[in-house]
Amino acid sequence: MRKVVLPGDLLSTNPKVAGYGTYIENGKVYAKILGLFDQTETHIKVIPLKGRYIPTVGDVVVGIVREVAANGWLVDIHSPYQAFLPITENPEVKLNKKPNEILEIGDAIIAKVLNIDPKMKVTLSMKDRMCRAIRFGRIVAINPARVPRVIGKKGSMIKLLKGELDIQIVVGQNGLIWINGDRRKVSIAEEAIYLIEEEAHTEGLTDRVAEFIERRKSDVGEQTG
Amino acid sequence: MLASKPDKFIIDGKRLDGRTFDQLRPIKIEANVLKRADGSCLLEMGKNKVVAAVYGPREVHPRHLQDPSKAIIRYRYNMAPFSVEERKRPGPDRRSIEISKVSKEAFESVIMKELFPRSAIDIFVEVLQADAGSRTACLNAASVALVDAGVPMRGMITSVAVAKVDGVLVLDPMKEEDNFGEADLPFAFLIRNGRIESIVLLQMDGCITRDELKQALRLAKKGAMEIYKLQREAILRRYILEEIDELSGDENA
Repeated sequence: MRKVVLPGDLLSTNPKVAGYGTYIENGKVYAKILGLFDQTETHIKVIPLKGRYIPTVGDVVVGIVREVAANGWLVDIHSPYQAFLPITENPEVKLNKKPNEILEIGDAIIAKVLNIDPKMKVTLSMKDRMCRAIRFGRIVAINPARVPRVIGKKGSMIKLLKGELDIQIVVGQNGLIWINGDRRKVSIAEEAIYLIEEEAHTEGLTDRVAEFIERRKSDVGEQTG
Repeated sequence: MLASKPDKFIIDGKRLDGRTFDQLRPIKIEANVLKRADGSCLLEMGKNKVVAAVYGPREVHPRHLQDPSKAIIRYRYNMAPFSVEERKRPGPDRRSIEISKVSKEAFESVIMKELFPRSAIDIFVEVLQADAGSRTACLNAASVALVDAGVPMRGMITSVAVAKVDGVLVLDPMKEEDNFGEADLPFAFLIRNGRIESIVLLQMDGCITRDELKQALRLAKKGAMEIYKLQREAILRRYILEEIDELSGDENA
């Protein structure tokens, strides 16, 4: 069991090992956020338990278009900062099309964080295999601090959901999750995700979720058959 | 309506409510009590009942308040109309504006606001029932709420007041001691790794000597350490259940 640390707790006297969630002052490493203390031989970090989504380069996020401009789109990514998707970063853009013919206000997209400047101006890109405009399926919103649980250890939870329900899932690091597939199965997945979000302790959660899906699947089966 | 001035504050080395000079009033702290806030805390300190809520970092409205280099911090101390013996007219007054300002400055020195440029961290503290030292109770509650919200900070803030009655310094004054005492000194400290690092708030009203100020500081430090332990316990109690231990998956679908 890993220890819960609070801001200001002394973690190490060696500043070289300082990682995420820590800060250095006078050559000592302290925790700066509430979280779980994670220590390896070369690195120490604090895994956050709470907090808003703060983008980092390379994150896959699900966003909603909020504004259309001549040179791109302003996208809400459920964070303190709005992101910008330039037209040059959208492969769907063609010379004879205007930006609002490709993405309109209210459209959802899957994109990657390309760059963040020191003023926290976030630039997105859709030039990636998994990026696309979302025109079908469903979006589920959860607390971004719970995203690692929905993914599971080495993606075990996602594999379970995909395998058991035969659906497509993309988990945005910002806590928005896109699900696509058979409508009833998507509903079960949505309930399962909310269940994962709510469970405070994850001991054996994967098994419990598997059980939950089995039960819901048989319920649905009875109703239709 | 208001309690009248007692003849003596100290009888046989005991205070009016039976406490010794360096004893705190009973304290109860509970973290994460509000669903819609990012972080929250309910705190009772004697007859004080306060609730703190933290939102953010979030987008700043209106836009012109935005700071491109760091987050702005907003703190609002507010008393409910029913919190005092005689109904208080709702809305901010001179006293609450001043308390909000000094409290905000206390938090500005510990929150790592340069991590969130162009954003705002909003702290709202509501006094539901007031006794003496409601500003210190609010600071303690706000500190727990900020930790609960996952806001990066250099350490935690713990606050306590010292008063002078009948020529003696007493810790954590109650209403009579505050209203009719000779001096009242609220303190707030930055506590890091279980040690008091610095003073982040210091006010004084009344008359004390230079030596008494030093003595008051020692007394406040002792009280602050006790409160700090309770603040820690309140947060750990809430999060000890949380175990994302087995997870370290960053892989995406």
